[in-house]
Amino acid sequence: MVSTILIAICVPLLAFAIGLTFIMFKLKITARVQRRYGPPIIQPIYNLLKLLLKEDNISHGVIFSLGPIIALAGSILAVFFIPIPGLNLLTGSGDLIALLYIMAIGSLGMALGAGNTANPNASIGISRALTLMFGYDLPLVIIVISVILQYHTTNLADIVAAQANGHWTLWTLPLSAIVGFVVTYGALGEHPFDIITAPHEVATGPMVEYGGKHLGFLMINHMFHIYIEIALFVDLFLGGASNLFWFYIKMFGVFFIMMLCDEVFLRFKIDDAVRFFWKWPTVVALISLIIVLVK
Amino acid sequence: MEKMTQDQVRTIANMLRKRSLWMIHYCTGCGAMELPPTMTSRYDMSRLGLAPFVTSRQADILLITGYLNVKTLRRVITVYEQMLDPKYVIGFGSCALNGGVYWDSYAVIKQLDRYIPADLYIAGCMPRPEAIITAFQDLMDLIDSGKADGYKRYKRDLAYYKENQRKVLG
Ligand code: SF4
Repeated sequence: MVSTILIAICVPLLAFAIGLTFIMFKLKITARVQRRYGPPIIQPIYNLLKLLLKEDNISHGVIFSLGPIIALAGSILAVFFIPIPGLNLLTGSGDLIALLYIMAIGSLGMALGAGNTANPNASIGISRALTLMFGYDLPLVIIVISVILQYHTTNLADIVAAQANGHWTLWTLPLSAIVGFVVTYGALGEHPFDIITAPHEVATGPMVEYGGKHLGFLMINHMFHIYIEIALFVDLFLGGASNLFWFYIKMFGVFFIMMLCDEVFLRFKIDDAVRFFWKWPTVVALISLIIVLVK
Repeated sequence: MEKMTQDQVRTIANMLRKRSLWMIHYCTGCGAMELPPTMTSRYDMSRLGLAPFVTSRQADILLITGYLNVKTLRRVITVYEQMLDPKYVIGFGSCALNGGVYWDSYAVIKQLDRYIPADLYIAGCMPRPEAIITAFQDLMDLIDSGKADGYKRYKRDLAYYKENQRKVLG
């Protein structure tokens, strides 16, 4: 019982810590690519604490304040469904398909909160977020089906176990892995898919009216979001890991490549982004599905 | 005892606040041209924990970059009132300070401090990025010592500020 409570507290903290370090590295990587010195490495902690310590917290109604909390709760729930080395948590009681639904709660919570403001930028941002989700969900579902068919199970823990000894899905289903990378990248909303928050067009979109501690919660949610997306990619395609250290290294490798991509791209328009997702990733994912079916 | 802990909390909060300042730069005048070099690789103000932000709700510093005409003043006041406490204002260039070259213009306000409380001015027409960075460092010192209290003054002397605003806005 005690150990259950301990796990319930420690696992989200671990996910949060991993997400936080990723954001720290992100600022530094961006700065170095742009030939700057960059902010101090613990800048995100200052930012977060400053936001939580703001004296004023403006609310536009109950749902507005609840939005970030719903998003955060959804993210923490999703964290429990992702197997981490040595711990399988709730993976027994919910499978990959359930996880896909739970992962959407984050965006929906934000949509709920932002929809409650009268700010047009927020509504545009939210409609973009949901449209983008619509875009990358199609290839995502196809590759998830091909992975499920490959291992004859929907249980994430079993999928990770089946990839032991270097039989990563990346080697057995390279096409799916590539699509998985693109989809994960799109879900993280980095360039060229940062259409949702695009500061120059919609002034950070859904977050436009959020400030103070609400924004702080959204930042925490973003850290969880990074953890969830990348951990899922590592579990599905890079064979999980045998211990936490390797898990972190693999996740960081994926994140590092993504950050480098983030530096070189510009921004899509929303219709171009959806067209992109429904064209190449979908076609490649379908080819991969056919390969699995024929095999 | 309670007062002591409150003071300690305030000190710690100020320490954190000065290390993470997000600014919204209202590009009212020509001085805004000096901000891009300050933000980007050459002078890299993110070293100090500063970052440009786009909405008033998220920002801590309001930067009035140069002359402010009466029409824009109305928007600036809205933006300032939308920002969340604690908030700081920097008047940028001699136009915000005393009217500068527009000192006898009918359309431009002369002294920013009469309409919204400025915590700090940067002199110069236009100030160089070095001056801007120095100003941010000064602002950090002011925040640390609790002297950057423009937002408190605005609340306390609201009648005075509103009176002045009404005079020019009509
Ligand atoms: S101080 Fe000089 S540079 Fe700045 S707005 Fe006035 S005229 Fe332009």
